[in-house]
Amino acid sequence: MTNARCLVWSLPTLLFAASATASTSMPLNMTKGVTEISQQVYQLHMTIFWICCVIGAVVFGIMFWSIIRHRKARGVQPASFHESTKIEILWTAIPIVILIGMAIPATKTLIAMEDTTAADVTVLVTGSQWKWHYKYLEHDVEYFSLLATPREQIANKLAKGENYLLEVDRPLVIPTGKKVRFLMTSDDVIHSWWVPAFAIKKDANPGFINEAWTRVDHPGIYRGQCAELCGKDHGFMPIVVIAKDPADYQAWIVQEETRIAAAKAAERELLAMNMSMQELMSTGERVYQGWCVACHQATGGGLPGIFPAIKGSQLVLTDRAAHIDIIVNGKPGTAMQAFGRQLSLKELAAVITYTRNAFDNNTGDTVQAADVFAVQQGKGE
Amino acid sequence: MSAITSEHDDHAHDHKPSGIKRWLFTTNHKDIGSMYLIFALLMFFIGGAMAMVIRLELFQPGMQFVEPQFFNQMTTVHGLIMVFGAVMPAFTGLANWMIPIMIGAPDMALPRMNNWSFWILPFAFLILILSLFMPGGGPDFGWTFYAPLSTTYSNDSTALFVFAVHIMGISSIMGAINVIVTIWNMRAPGMTWMKMPLFVWTWFITAFLLIMVMPVLATVVTMVLTDKYFGTSFFDAAGGGDPVLFQHIFWFFGHPEVYIMILPAFGIVSAIIPTFARKRLFGYASMVYATASIAILSFLVWAHHMFTTGMPVFATLFFMYATMLIAVPTGVKVFNWVATMWRGAMTFEVPMMFALAFIVLFTIGGFSGLMLAITPADFQYHDTYFVVAHFHYVLVTGAVFSIIAAAYYWLPKWTGYMYDERLGQLHFWCSLISVNLLFFPMHFVGLAGMPRRIPDYALQFADFNAFISVGGFLFGLSQLIFVWVVVKCARGGEKATAQVWEGAEGLEWEIPSPAPYHTFDTPPVIK
Amino acid sequence: MQAHRALVSKLLLVALLMFGFGYALVPLYEVFCEVTGLNGKTSNTPAAMLVDGVDTSREITIEFLARPNKDMPWIFKPEIRRMTVHPGEVHVMNYLAENPTSQFIVGQAVPSVSPGQAALYLHKIECFCFTQQQLAAGKNMLMPVQFYVDPALPAQFNTITLNYTLYDVTASWQPETQIEKIGE
Repeated sequence: MTNARCLVWSLPTLLFAASATASTSMPLNMTKGVTEISQQVYQLHMTIFWICCVIGAVVFGIMFWSIIRHRKARGVQPASFHESTKIEILWTAIPIVILIGMAIPATKTLIAMEDTTAADVTVLVTGSQWKWHYKYLEHDVEYFSLLATPREQIANKLAKGENYLLEVDRPLVIPTGKKVRFLMTSDDVIHSWWVPAFAIKKDANPGFINEAWTRVDHPGIYRGQCAELCGKDHGFMPIVVIAKDPADYQAWIVQEETRIAAAKAAERELLAMNMSMQELMSTGERVYQGWCVACHQATGGGLPGIFPAIKGSQLVLTDRAAHIDIIVNGKPGTAMQAFGRQLSLKELAAVITYTRNAFDNNTGDTVQAADVFAVQQGKGE
Repeated sequence: MSAITSEHDDHAHDHKPSGIKRWLFTTNHKDIGSMYLIFALLMFFIGGAMAMVIRLELFQPGMQFVEPQFFNQMTTVHGLIMVFGAVMPAFTGLANWMIPIMIGAPDMALPRMNNWSFWILPFAFLILILSLFMPGGGPDFGWTFYAPLSTTYSNDSTALFVFAVHIMGISSIMGAINVIVTIWNMRAPGMTWMKMPLFVWTWFITAFLLIMVMPVLATVVTMVLTDKYFGTSFFDAAGGGDPVLFQHIFWFFGHPEVYIMILPAFGIVSAIIPTFARKRLFGYASMVYATASIAILSFLVWAHHMFTTGMPVFATLFFMYATMLIAVPTGVKVFNWVATMWRGAMTFEVPMMFALAFIVLFTIGGFSGLMLAITPADFQYHDTYFVVAHFHYVLVTGAVFSIIAAAYYWLPKWTGYMYDERLGQLHFWCSLISVNLLFFPMHFVGLAGMPRRIPDYALQFADFNAFISVGGFLFGLSQLIFVWVVVKCARGGEKATAQVWEGAEGLEWEIPSPAPYHTFDTPPVIK
Repeated sequence: MQAHRALVSKLLLVALLMFGFGYALVPLYEVFCEVTGLNGKTSNTPAAMLVDGVDTSREITIEFLARPNKDMPWIFKPEIRRMTVHPGEVHVMNYLAENPTSQFIVGQAVPSVSPGQAALYLHKIECFCFTQQQLAAGKNMLMPVQFYVDPALPAQFNTITLNYTLYDVTASWQPETQIEKIGE
C-alpha cells in the first residue's frame, strides 16, 4: 500500500523527469525560503504533510488489505459486527491528540509572524490595477514597479525570456540582516503581496493597512506575484525584491534620492521647453506600452463594453483640454486612474501627444509639459 | 410491506399526461428528480466546457486562445455553474427521487412548490450564461465575487449575475423546505429518526444548512447590487464600509455551502459501501452525530478562507483550531466506512468502485484541507494551485464521484434495466486515471508558487500545466462514456430485479424496478 | 396538510430571519471591530478628554501616513512623519491638504491603524476624519487631529501606524446637510 502511494506521488515526477526539456525545472515542494520564518513555515508544512502520509498509509493500508482479503470472490462470509464504542472513542481521541500536537508549533510560528515591532526599515506597499507602488517611509523614495516582460512575449511573437512574467522595471530593494516592515494597502480592488521566499502573503485592502515583516539574511533576487484576483491583468503584476547588504542598500537609497530630486528639477526646466513631435511620439509610445496598453490595447481599440477605444475617440479628436484632463485627473468610478501623480510631466505630455496622433487619430498637434502642468495646477485651457 | 407494493404494481394506470405537459406541470417527485438530474448533467457539461477553455489557454505559457478578461469570465462562470448548477441540483434530484421512497412516503410534502423550485432554475442559468454575450462580457470576478472587484470595478453584467444568484437561492431554499417537511411529517409509521437511511439523515441536515445560509448569500449579493447601482457603501471604504466585511459575510455562507455539497455525498457512500460489502454500516449513530457536528462546526470556521486579510492573532488562532477540529468528525466517517468493509464480503460493481475511489480521494482532499488549516503554512498555500487541487479533490473526486456512484447505484431502480457493467467499468477507470492526472500535479504546481486564477504563467510551470491540461481533456472525454451508459441503460438492457443488488437493504429495494410512477400510496409497514 | 403549513411557515421564517441576519452582520461586525480592533478602524466618534494620567515611563512612536486615493487630486500629507508620545498625553497633529485643481472638491478621510488591535487604544478627541472636508479650487488648509494613546495599551505595542486614505466624495456630497452644519 505504501508502495502504491509512493508510486502515485512519484508518478508525475518520473514523467516530468523524462520530459524535462530545456525549460527551467520546477521545484516539487514548497520553498524553504530565505528567512527564519519561512524555514519554520516549511517545517510546519513538512510535519503536517508527513502526519497526513502516515495516517493515509494506515487507513488506506487497512482499506486495501480489506479489499484484497474480504472479497466475495474468495468465498468469505460477511461478519455481522456493526458497532464498538471502545474503538469509536479511540479513533476520535487519537486525531484530537495529533491535532493538538500540530497546533502548538503552528501557534508559535504564527505569533512570531505577527510581531511587527522594532522594525529598521518600513516600506508602504500599494497595489493598484495592475502594478505595485513602493514608498520608503524613512526616505524621499517612492516609485511604481511594473511588469517588464514585453507584450510581444506574452503574445508569443517573441521568444520568452528566462524570467517571463516575473520581471519588473523597478524592483523593491531592501537591506539584508535588518527587520523590514511592509505596510500594505490598495488604491482600488484587493490585491495580495506574495513573496514565497519570505513566506509573506498579505492582502492589500483599499482604505485599510495591513502589516507584515521579514528579515532576509542573504543578498539575492526574490520573485513573487499578486495572489488575489484583481481583475483582467491579475496574472501580470509580479513582485521582484532585491536584498542588498546594508552598505549597498544605503548607496542605493542615496542614488534613488538623487535621481528623484534630479527628475523633479528637470520637470521645472521642461516647462519652458518645447519638445519635438518625434521625441514626444517615441517617449509616448514607450509610456503607452507600459501604462496604457493593458486596458486600451496595442491597437488603441480598447475592449468594447469595458475599456473605451482611443482610436477615433470623440474626446481625443474634438476636446484637447478634456483629453489632457482625463489623463491627468482620471475618471472617478472607472478604471481610468489619475496619471498626473504617477507619471512625470514629460511622460504625460508624451503619452497624450502619442494618443492624439497614433491609431489614425492624426490630430497633428503636440502637448507640451507646460500644458499638462497648467491642468495640474487647475489653470487648464 | 412487499405485499402492499406488489398490489400497487397491479394498478398499472399511472395517470400521467403525455408529452411536454407532463414535464412542465408535473408534481411527481420522480419526474422532478429526473429533471433535476438531467439538468445537472447538462450543466456539468457546460461548466466542463468552460474548464476545457481554461485548460486550453493554460496548456502553454503565453496568451493563445482567449483574452485575460474572457479567461476570468470562464473561471467565474465555471465555478458558479459547477457549484449551483451541477452539484447542488444533482443532489436535489437524488433527494427528490429517493427520499420519499426511502422513508415510505407517497411523494414530497409540497409537490407544487417542488415543480416551481425546479422550473425557475433553467432561467437562472440562462440569464447567467447569456450575460457572457453582453458587450462588456459576463461576470469576471471569480465565483467568490469579492468586493470591490464585483462592485465599483465590475462590468454591467453584475445586475444579471445578482438576479441569477437570487433565483438559484430561492430554488434551493424551496427545495430545502420541501425536504425538511417531507422528512419531518411524512415518514411511514415505524420509520423512527434513528431508523432513517443515512442518505436521508445527511440530506435532512444539509437542508437545514441551506435554509440557514442561502438567505445570507441573498443578502450579500443584494449588498453588492446596491453598492454598485444604488450608492450604498457596505464594502466601500470611502463611504465608511469595509471590503473585508464582504468576505466575512460571503464565507459565513460559503463555508457551510462547502458542506452542503459534501454531506449528501457522505449519505450516498454510507448507502453503497454496506450494500457491496454485504455487511451493516459500522457506527450508524456516530455517523449521524458526526454529520451533525460537521454541520455545526461549519458555522464557526468561515474565516479560514481569510487568513491573509490581516486578522488579529486571537481571531486567526480561533479559526485555525476550529478548522482543525473538523478533521475529527470527518475522520470518524472515513474510519466507519473502512470498518464497514472490514470482514465483509465485497464485490466491486461500478457504484462500489466510485465509492471506494471517493473514500481514498476525498481523504486526500481532506488531508490537504488539514494542511491548509495550519495558518502559517496557509500563507504559502493560499490562493495557489494547491488550493485549486484541494477543493477539486473534495468536489470532483468527492461530490461528483459520489453523484456518479449514486447514479450507477440507482439507475436500475430508475430505468428498470441494468446498466452496461463493462462500459461502466471503462468509465470508472478512465475517470479515475484522468482525474488524478488532472488534479494531482496541481498540488506540486501550487507548492512551487503558481497563483490561481491567472491566464498565463512563468516558464517553470509550463511542463506541469501541459500535463494537467491533457489530464483535463481526458477527464472531460471520459464523461462522455457516462452519457453513453445512461442513455443505453434508459433504452433497455438486462431487466433489473426489485432488489437489484444482492446486499441492498431498504425500502427502495422492496418496490419493483423500475419504480412505479406512484409508490407507497398506502404507507409500508416498517419492521 | 395542516402540519405541513405550520412547519413550512416556521422554516420560511428561519430563512427570512437569516436574510435579515445577513444585514445584521454589518452593525455586528462594526461592534465586533470596535471591541476587538479586528479591522484597525478607529472610532468615528470623538473620545472623551478624560484621562487618568500620563505614563511617562513608556514611549510610543506614532507614525503618520497620508494617502490620497488614486482618483483624489488633492495634495495630502502629514506635517511630520512620526512623533514619540507618552501614553495619556494629548497631542495635536496637523495634516496639510491642498486642492490644486480648478474644481470644488469634497474629501473624506478614512483612518486605519496598524496593528489593528492598537486602534482600540488610540483615542481621537477631534479629527478631520469625523466629517467631510471641503476645499475650493486652489485652496489649502490644515486639518488637525487631536489624540492621546490610552495608558492601557498592551506592552507588546511600541509603534502605532495611523494611516488616512483620502477619498473624493464630491459626487455623493449633499450641500443641504452641510449648510445646516454651518448654521449650527
